[in-house]
Amino acid sequence: LFTIARDPLRIIILIAGAFFWLVSLLLSSLIWFIAVKASDPRDEALQKGLLIFGVMFSVLLQEAFRFLYYKLLRKAIEGLVALSEDGCSPISIQQMAYVAGVGFGLMSGAFSMINLLADALGPGTVGIHGDSQLYFLTSAFMTMVLIFLHTFWGILFFHGCEHRRWWEIMAVVVMHLAVSGSTFCNPLYVGSLVPSYLLMATAAAWAYLLSGGSAQNLRRFLLCKS
Amino acid sequence: MITFMNNSDSEEEPCNERTSLMSAESPPVPSYQDGLQVSEAGEAQAHRKRRTGSSRSPNDIADGDMSNSGVPVRESALENEEEELTLKYGAKHVIMLFVPVTLCMIVVVATIKSVRFYTEKNGQLIYTPFTEDTPSVGQRLLNSVLNTIIMISVIVVMTVFLVLLYKYRCYKFIHGWLILSSLMLLFLFTYIYLGEVLKTYNVAMDYPTLFLVIWNFGAVGMICIHWKGPLQLQQAYLIMISALMALAFIKYLPEWSAWVILGAISIYDLMAVLCPKGPLRMLVETAQERNEPIFPALIYSSAMMWTVGMAKPDTAARGPSQQTWDAAEDGRANHGSPSHADSLMSETRSPVAARPTTSLEELEEEERGVKLGLGDFIFYSVLVGKAAATASGDWNTTLACFVAILIGLCLTLLLLAVFKKALPALPISITFGLVFYFSTDNLVRPFMDTLASHQLYI
Repeated sequence: LFTIARDPLRIIILIAGAFFWLVSLLLSSLIWFIAVKASDPRDEALQKGLLIFGVMFSVLLQEAFRFLYYKLLRKAIEGLVALSEDGCSPISIQQMAYVAGVGFGLMSGAFSMINLLADALGPGTVGIHGDSQLYFLTSAFMTMVLIFLHTFWGILFFHGCEHRRWWEIMAVVVMHLAVSGSTFCNPLYVGSLVPSYLLMATAAAWAYLLSGGSAQNLRRFLLCKS
Repeated sequence: MITFMNNSDSEEEPCNERTSLMSAESPPVPSYQDGLQVSEAGEAQAHRKRRTGSSRSPNDIADGDMSNSGVPVRESALENEEEELTLKYGAKHVIMLFVPVTLCMIVVVATIKSVRFYTEKNGQLIYTPFTEDTPSVGQRLLNSVLNTIIMISVIVVMTVFLVLLYKYRCYKFIHGWLILSSLMLLFLFTYIYLGEVLKTYNVAMDYPTLFLVIWNFGAVGMICIHWKGPLQLQQAYLIMISALMALAFIKYLPEWSAWVILGAISIYDLMAVLCPKGPLRMLVETAQERNEPIFPALIYSSAMMWTVGMAKPDTAARGPSQQTWDAAEDGRANHGSPSHADSLMSETRSPVAARPTTSLEELEEEERGVKLGLGDFIFYSVLVGKAAATASGDWNTTLACFVAILIGLCLTLLLLAVFKKALPALPISITFGLVFYFSTDNLVRPFMDTLASHQLYI
């Protein structure tokens, strides 16, 4: 909110990022839908398998769209540079990476949480049928960690694309798959929340280092040294 | 009670004309219309006119994707600089339009979700006479298509009528029409809306208070819209009016007809603005010939022009070129034969004097804004409101439509910057919105529901 809302260009990039995520979700759900319709609805194991397949496919598609968005932003930067007065663009690729990550994250979080929130406003009891009672709480935490992760992945991903380090990109994809996969352990929340938070800490540190920070910077900032 | 035909068409017409006119007039007329016209909702194609920015060096908000059409106000030596400046303001203009569109949508969605009145079926408008309560799907489809054809033809007729009126300079007629419509909208619709909201929240209000509130609201609205007023207040009134109109549409258009109408309106918009013989295009050209600002009334503008040190008094304070616009009253008594009383909305331009061409040197500060017709606001809000009202996926669908419309708006502004002429705002956004609505409702919703029930995250 503080970093994006003030610059109109970033708002546009944010909305466009959300849009790209939405399109990727659309395509992946299309595939899943077709698969479900084509299969037997009574076979539980098959349905679960299809769901897992759907989730994995969706993750891959999201990363593919992140890549496409990166390409689009590259072109946009060239255009901005050409149009600016002093030959350098008003927004750097790192900032774009951050905003794009936030866009993806926000959209993903919104889609995960908002129906839940709407239902939470109404009457009801959590977990009355024997499900976990912490459903809302864990959903909230999971969504939060996903939003942060998307932001960091955005930075890492774009950095990897910029410097042609394929292993960084692969690392992002693998991390995303791992996080989504860990949610399969739900409702055994230990299995999903803890690894996700660990991964988030890793990604945060990595992104921070990539953006030019260092332990010294951090110490100086925290101790308010000049 | 007099029933007015809800002539969305008439709204659209003015809007169409207006929006299409906008960009075309930039070269000959350095006068900048004040953007404070309040116009009653009408369809409007996005009329975006990007004007070059101010004389000062702009802050570095450059939108590389968009190039604004600059109107070189300065001497030619500075023209290039002007171009650069406008480009820099590109992103800012987009945001200046994002905010009101978002606000309008929020108001509509909030009302739809909370006040049940607007989702109940209480009859239909005279413009959509065929009912959708038919036993078979084919019959229903046929009825909705027929409804759409009737609606679109009414719109076309009204647009042509408006163009003729404008051509033959019947300004007073248009003026009166617009005043009448805005009166109706500001007072009657607000009264109904307020009544329903109070009912929903079970708040008691006595008639004297109600009268006072509505009187103040309406009177200030009329003044703001048709005369002078602070920019933000005008914008707020425009947004509220668009929201009220959109709510009326959502209530009174039957389901399938609404979707087909949305699609057909964007096609019509496209044709009316871009075809050489389209009414809106003719309107633009006529206005250009006469060097008049085009219908500022039914347009939302994001900035006001300040005139500083005019070299000579401008004729900008001329009588507003108004667009007639039929506002239809809430069709409560729709069941009976409605008397076709056209309430027209008067558009009045806020009396910002247009700058004369010679006062170039004295331009100090000009905030050029982007303009968008109110009809665009209305139809965007109708789409999102319908998504909120009827989609079973609830908020996901609404959110998806919202993002789709914003992106469509972005793209349209981009095209505007590239082509530098009046463009229809409806087609791209509405197409995206419709695509996303249907696909999210049918494809994404089961997927997300299944994921949520297993608490999986993607």
